[in-house]
Amino acid sequence: MSALQPPAAAGPVPFLSRLHEWVATVDHKKLGTMYIVCGIIYLIVAGLEATMMRWQLAWSGMEVLTPAEFNRLFTMHGTTMVFFVGMPILLGSANYLVPLMIGARDLAFPRLNAFSFWLFFFGSLLLYFSYFGGQGLYGMGSAPDVGWFAYAPLTERTFSRGHSTDYWILGIFVAGIGSTATAVNFIATILGMRCRGMSLMKMPLLAWIMLVDCVLILVALPPLAAAQILLLFDRQLGAHFFDTQAGGSALLWQNLFWFFGHPEVYILILPGFAFVTEIIPVFSRKVIFGYPLMVAATVAIGFISVGVWVHHMFVVGLSPMLNAIFMGSTMLVGVPTGIKMFNWVATMIGGRIRFDTPMLYATGFLCQFLLGGLTGIFLATVPFDWQVSDSYFVVGHFHYVLFGGLVFAIFAAVYYWFPKVSGRMMNETLGKWQFWLLVIGFNITFGAMHVSGFLGMPRRVYTYHADRGWDFWNLLTSLGVIVQILGFSLFALNLVHSLFRGRKAGDDPWDAWTLEWSTTSPPPPHNFDEDPIVHSRRPLWDLKHPDDPDWKYE
Amino acid sequence: MFDPVGVPAETILDITWLLIGICGAIGVVMFCLIGFAIVRCRRPEGDDREPPQVYGSNPIELAWTVVPLMIVFVLFMVSARGIFELERTSPSEGATELTVTGHRWWWEFDYGDLGIVTAGELHVPIDEGGVADLYLTLKSADVAHSFWVPQLGPKMDVIPDRVNHLWLQANRPGTFVGQCAEYCGNQHANMLITVVVEPREDFEAWVRNQQQDAAADTTVAAGKRLFLRTACINCHTVRGTVANGTFAPDLTHLMSRSTIGSGAIANTPENLREWVWDPQNIKPGCDMPSMKLSRSEVDLVCAYLETLR
Amino acid sequence: MTTAPAALAPPEALPQDGIVNGKIGIACMIISEIAFFGTLIAAYLFYIGRDINGPYPQDVLDVSIAPLKVLFNSIFLLISSVWIWLAIRSMRRGRMGAFVFWWALTVLCGAEFLVGTGFEWYGMIVDDGVWMGTNLFGSCFYTLVGFHAFHVTMGLLVLTLVLVLALLGHVTPRNVEKVDLVSWYWHFVDGIWIIVFFVVYIFGNMPVS
Repeated sequence: MSALQPPAAAGPVPFLSRLHEWVATVDHKKLGTMYIVCGIIYLIVAGLEATMMRWQLAWSGMEVLTPAEFNRLFTMHGTTMVFFVGMPILLGSANYLVPLMIGARDLAFPRLNAFSFWLFFFGSLLLYFSYFGGQGLYGMGSAPDVGWFAYAPLTERTFSRGHSTDYWILGIFVAGIGSTATAVNFIATILGMRCRGMSLMKMPLLAWIMLVDCVLILVALPPLAAAQILLLFDRQLGAHFFDTQAGGSALLWQNLFWFFGHPEVYILILPGFAFVTEIIPVFSRKVIFGYPLMVAATVAIGFISVGVWVHHMFVVGLSPMLNAIFMGSTMLVGVPTGIKMFNWVATMIGGRIRFDTPMLYATGFLCQFLLGGLTGIFLATVPFDWQVSDSYFVVGHFHYVLFGGLVFAIFAAVYYWFPKVSGRMMNETLGKWQFWLLVIGFNITFGAMHVSGFLGMPRRVYTYHADRGWDFWNLLTSLGVIVQILGFSLFALNLVHSLFRGRKAGDDPWDAWTLEWSTTSPPPPHNFDEDPIVHSRRPLWDLKHPDDPDWKYE
Repeated sequence: MFDPVGVPAETILDITWLLIGICGAIGVVMFCLIGFAIVRCRRPEGDDREPPQVYGSNPIELAWTVVPLMIVFVLFMVSARGIFELERTSPSEGATELTVTGHRWWWEFDYGDLGIVTAGELHVPIDEGGVADLYLTLKSADVAHSFWVPQLGPKMDVIPDRVNHLWLQANRPGTFVGQCAEYCGNQHANMLITVVVEPREDFEAWVRNQQQDAAADTTVAAGKRLFLRTACINCHTVRGTVANGTFAPDLTHLMSRSTIGSGAIANTPENLREWVWDPQNIKPGCDMPSMKLSRSEVDLVCAYLETLR
Repeated sequence: MTTAPAALAPPEALPQDGIVNGKIGIACMIISEIAFFGTLIAAYLFYIGRDINGPYPQDVLDVSIAPLKVLFNSIFLLISSVWIWLAIRSMRRGRMGAFVFWWALTVLCGAEFLVGTGFEWYGMIVDDGVWMGTNLFGSCFYTLVGFHAFHVTMGLLVLTLVLVLALLGHVTPRNVEKVDLVSWYWHFVDGIWIIVFFVVYIFGNMPVS
């Protein structure tokens, strides 16, 4: 074995060597870290974009931004948050955690993994390059200004001159190929690389959820790629797919986009479920309640989510029957999601909960995701949706799901796994301050949005008149942003501080039960010195409680 | 709050209350459970014992699968009835029928048989103690828009390769404002709709006025000449003159409308001058360019436009 | 089971020789490709009969069995699935000569399909004047058939690579499972063509009533 050990480093490694090591790496932990770092950088970028928009909308008739600038900002904010914040953070954390949790050495195809990362990376650069190259020869627009769902025919050459929309297409297309390849990689890894004894029903739930997530990526992203190719052919080769003057259809784009778009929001939120499903039991000191039902609920969400896309199109004038069918399927998603909520809460009840920062965020997730889920039931109800669809109510709703839900789950995950990744603990005091600032700021901002939407304020407007009665609610929304910025700043401070000054973590600071805590922090390049063998869903519980092991009860 | 003035909007508000009731109850139950866990299930300080491990319970899990299914079923039945009630494919008796065409970034209202074409502002008659029904046929001239006047009922998308219908209703006179709700480009925010619900005699007076050709006031002949000589007429129509463009709002009765630029700004003489001087200052990105007229020419043209009542 | 952990039988290990991963990987890739083609096919079906100007499919698509026409080419493509199956079977039995023969035949048949498609396109573009921008039929036809031809081209490149490696003696019966994965992809390309053919040349080509 000693021949495989790298020679002890003499003195500091030169910067270029370290850079080369990261750029050329195929290690799932390094790639995962790079995904997450990129995701956090884009989170800051997209957050600043949102801040600019909220400045403009803080009061009626503000002139901070021109309409064109505003329209670019919300397009870039949405596109970035979905494709270049949500996706990399979920793929990155899966990259880091899945092999460790299933006791594998790496992913099934490490080089493909690296390739996927660089596709994502350059895809994101391509999108942002539109700020420089989008003008084309027309001197028109820089960044895309068509909204993140880019409804045709607004994206046709007639209405979107210059190249900004082409950058939007290509950036997401390239990154999408990367995500699809990663999904292939994870499915192969989870199905083929589990350690001895880990049958499918003994996998950590995170691995299960990621498996379902990747199957969704596999069936949802290629249709988007195909739709984008049709659009690209329209723009560059003069095809007529979405050219309504030549028999093309605006509705086909909406169908194709949402056939991707709705599974996509489940693709984003499922990893959030995965994080809290791992975190809540550890801090409640109790095994997850109803593991088989959790698996079944995850699979059910996966199946139902590909059959609900029309609920984004209730206002396009479909037949009542079609509307009713998709209302039914949409409400049905509430059932498996509700099961998950109940199981999480049932895990907490009867436990002995430690409210360390990760658990604080997980609890915040439960409360805010619950609210987002309930307004989701509101929106699934067609007549209600007819009123508030495309209004700020919808904006408020999906931010409750994706910010109050997903981002809080991500923070829970960061605080929980940071010790494993860096070997150091994050600061608890700063973490708790950040939590409360974010909870307050978040609920002010997005709670108020529900009201302004209900009062008739459509989304994506760059300004509004004073006589509409929306000023107060918009001001509230914008003020909440300031509180959130404070929270995010504390997070940045905490991250940097803990990386260099944090308390040493040890291998297993949370007294947890899954395999990643059995190796060192940070884990060695080969992950485990010995191939792990498991007998139950909580291998470390079995080790710590030989008198009362899990395998007796499963 | 949102103040419905007709059956469609009231139906929606009723469903909203139902939703608030059901979802509120679910929310209260869940928050109580979470709150109970937070308050009562904390680990006592310095007590490191592990709690009893509960792996699951089939009856309990069955219960919280079946109960939500039943709630979903009830909600589905109630809301499905709402869908079939509100989505109409033919006008009710006595409804005002008109064709709405969405343009970037203004609304065109065509009253069909009445021979009226107007922009941004539509008028509907209401009888004493009656209701004003409105049956719209929605079309788009370019990209997707959405017609939404919250107080009168649901919204409906306006899509270029589709013809949609929408039933709205008001049960009292008044002015109701709405706007485009589907992002349609640069000036999406300034694509407002004003619905004026007025007593039948007022409406009939309005119709009679709108049906006439443009007023021919000789005192503003210079302004009219300038207007007709400038590129204005390529896009705008003024009935009774050679101006017959159809890309932009019909100006025949411009001064009967309360706003300029589809709600961008109130229709006052000063605003009109500013608008003609350079619309890009008021509605940046809109299709109307500054005609590069001098201030005195703008005054002449606006003096003419002000006679178009 | 209530015995102590030490008495637990050591669980079975998954066969981690990489080929299982490869099989899952290729299967997943094919699923994503099906989702991709499914979308293009859905778009094609959606646009059938929505053209507002000709030439219509009925005017330009020739479904006779004449050489280098589509039916003729399709037979070559579909039968190549049989050849590649025979090639893999020979390899499993260790007969590398037969493998090379059948594999080369597969490549030739695939190449014939591409050449035939080229002639068909040439005729349509030059003689009939149908291209992407002509009408919806042109947009849909070149996109769907073009993406299929692109996949055939990719497959041919990989097949040729394997052929060259085999001729150089770098492919041995030990590699059969890996080479088999290439044939999975080829079967997929052939299988999707049956659907594309049915949609484009039969269903989309029905006489207008």
